[in-house]
This record gives sequence, C-alpha cells and structure tokens, in this order.
Amino acid sequence: MIATSDITMPDWLKEEHKTGTTIVAAEFNGGVIIAADSRTTTGAYVANRVTDKLTPLSDRIFCLRSGSAADTQAVADFVKYNLEFHEMETGSEPLVNTAAYLAKSLIYNNKERLLASVMVAGWDSKKGGQVYVVPISGMIVRKSIYISGSGSIYAMGYLDAFYRPNMERNECLELIKNAVAMAIARDGSSGGCIRYAIVTDKGVERNVLLNTELPRFYEN
Amino acid sequence: MQHPKQQTTNPMVTGTSVIGIQFDGGVLIAADLLGSYGSMAQMRQLPRVFKVNEKTVIGASGDYSDYQFILEKIMQKVNQDYCLNDGYVYKPKQLYSWCTRVMYNRRSNFDPLWNRVVIAGLEDNQPFLGSVDLLGNAYEAPCIATGYGNYLAVPIMREFLEKNNNKITEAQARDVVDRCMKLLYYRDGRAYDKYSIAVVTRVGARVEECKELQTNWQVASQVASYD
Repeated sequence: MIATSDITMPDWLKEEHKTGTTIVAAEFNGGVIIAADSRTTTGAYVANRVTDKLTPLSDRIFCLRSGSAADTQAVADFVKYNLEFHEMETGSEPLVNTAAYLAKSLIYNNKERLLASVMVAGWDSKKGGQVYVVPISGMIVRKSIYISGSGSIYAMGYLDAFYRPNMERNECLELIKNAVAMAIARDGSSGGCIRYAIVTDKGVERNVLLNTELPRFYEN
Repeated sequence: MQHPKQQTTNPMVTGTSVIGIQFDGGVLIAADLLGSYGSMAQMRQLPRVFKVNEKTVIGASGDYSDYQFILEKIMQKVNQDYCLNDGYVYKPKQLYSWCTRVMYNRRSNFDPLWNRVVIAGLEDNQPFLGSVDLLGNAYEAPCIATGYGNYLAVPIMREFLEKNNNKITEAQARDVVDRCMKLLYYRDGRAYDKYSIAVVTRVGARVEECKELQTNWQVASQVASYD
C-alpha cells in the first residue's frame, strides 16, 4: 500500500493522470471561441506536454476537459456516442444544450466516482453560440464566458475586467489567448501550448499557439 | 545552538531541480529562477545558486527560507574568514562536510531543513561536486541533480560524461546543462524557462544571472485528440 504521507516516495508514483489545466470558452458575435493549455500532469511530472483538451462531440460541439484525464475522456466518449445516436434518431443537428445535459447527467449521477469538470461549448442554429459549464458536482449552468481548471484563478480577474458580450472575433480571440497565457505563466499544472478553436455556423477553425509564441507579461 | 522548532514538515515556497556537472578544469551548477508555492509559480526571478567565495558555489532545491538560512550561516563563516585574514578560505569539501553535519543533526531532531543542497567548487584545483539532502544523505559525483533532475537529467549527463571519458570542456558542460534544463522545463510542472548558472574555474567563481531556454514545440501540430 503506497502511503501518501511517505516523503521518500516520488509524487508521480502516488498520483493519477490529471489535466491540471486551464480551459476557457466565450461567446462572441459569430459563435464561440474555446481554448485550453496542453499540459497533462501526474503529480508534478508532465506526462503529456502537447495534450489536446478540446474534444469534438459533434461537428460544431466541443467538450473542454479538466480534472482526471481518464474520467473526462470516458465522459466525452459517452456523450459523443449518445449524441451521434440521438442525431440519427431525430434526423437533425445535435444541440449544444443536449450535449451539455448528457455530460451533466453522467457526472451528476456518478459524482462520488468521477473527478470530471467539463465545459460543453459550440454552435447550433437554434441558439447560436453557447457555453455550458458542468463542474465536478454535476450542476449545469449556461455562461457567456467561463474559465475553469486549476489555472483559472490566475486569469479570472483579467477576464472580469475586459470581457464584454458580442465582441468581434479577433478581439475575443486575443482576450482568450491572453487569459490562457497568464494562467500558464502562473499555474504549474498548466503549460505548453494554447490550442484554440473558433466555432461558427460556417464550421470549426482549429489552431495552436506554440509555447514560444505565447504573449509574455511582466515577470519581475 | 538552540532554535525554536519550525514547521518545516510543510515546505512553503520551494525551488525545483538543481543540476551540476564537472568538466575539465572546473565545475558548474544551474538552477531555474522560480519559487513555487505549491503548484503556483509565485516568484519568478528567484536566484537559487550562490557564489560563496572564489573557490565555491552553492545551490539548493526545496524550501527557500531554509536555503536562505543555510546561506546566512555560510556567509557568516565567509565573513569570519575575511576578518581573520590569514589567507585561508573555506574550501568546497569543508563546506560540504559542515552542511552534512548540520542537515543530519536537524533531521535527527525531527526538524529538517527541507532542502537538497548542491555544493560545487575547486578543491586544490580538482573539481568538486557534492550533494546533501534533508535526511543528511551526502555523496560526491561527477554529475548531480536534485528533484526531477535526478530522474531526467542525471542519465543524460552520465551518458555524456561516459562517452567522453569524464573529460569534457566548459562549453560542452554548458551545452549539456542547457539541454537538461530544457528537458526539465518540458517535463517538470514546477520548472521555469529562465535559469542561472554558477561556474567555478581556476580563474575564480561567478554567477551568470539569467539564461533563457530555446524550446521546440513543433510536435504540438502533429497531435490531435487523444485517440
């Protein structure tokens, strides 16, 4: 039995894979912009420095994952499967709302077993761009902008100060990139590159901002 | 020496790996410029290597306040040397030995200095590199690294030294240290991309304040999703 109080035992032998993480999703005047860092940690060891935390659930709906990597991958797989099935049954595009509620029902009903905190964000023709937050507890709430994960605290003030509803695409994108960059700078469990995507009625545009290209701020 | 028992089973602001390597004619140690508060990168621009005198440099990982305590005690000794003015200065092996006794004594009283200290320098013109940890474990080696460096950097440095018969130049040493610091920045969640180096050669000892890493993230564009 590994004693977690054993100071001679390395941390990466005691911890499970977690996406330490910073994830952001925001509505802008054409849809949603989503972004995440790319670090997965086991304790302080970086198990994957180029992780993709933006998981597509359908053509225009994404799941942003934070918490236990295994749990969130399982939730995403479940939602993706059921959403596709539902799409076939109804014959029409999947709604962001539906995807979000599927995630919520899984997380809420298994809340003792799971450590999964996700955001479901995307675009559908009924309500346009939407961001739904489903934290560990399994509640669900729709937000115009939200930042989540261990790195979120370092950028929350920045977003509070500078976000406005219905921003232009480039303005919103820069805001999001800066927010994740700030979180990466301060949070040891977030790092690497910023993966982002812009989801609109026209489709999805995905990209990566490499670590060397990140905006840098004052570093005393 | 009596002092109140501290809460040092709870390290607060901590530094991550320190790496050190011997080369032909000297030794160098490097540590990044970050003080972490748990997972938060709280203090950037925090120097963790220090020049003791012209023959010795010291660096430490672990609790920063305990490191400063050790430095304070060492600087008192260095100042004593200066005042005595008899031509003798503390040599690295003496400081290493002193450090071992202090760390072991504290550990034996269940009040450890939560550090792993690396002491490097020139001992009678021979390169010296040693490490002492919070339990009082002490050893000397051609290459040393604390924290994650122990797992990630030491194999790289050892392979490099073995390939070159333990005789490398200062430039080669700097290069392998830079490579190790880069790897640590990739794989250690508490690492930073700026670091400082302390070098000791026959000419003397000096600390180079701030070096920045050139990292490569091209692999990110080749990865998508998790399956």
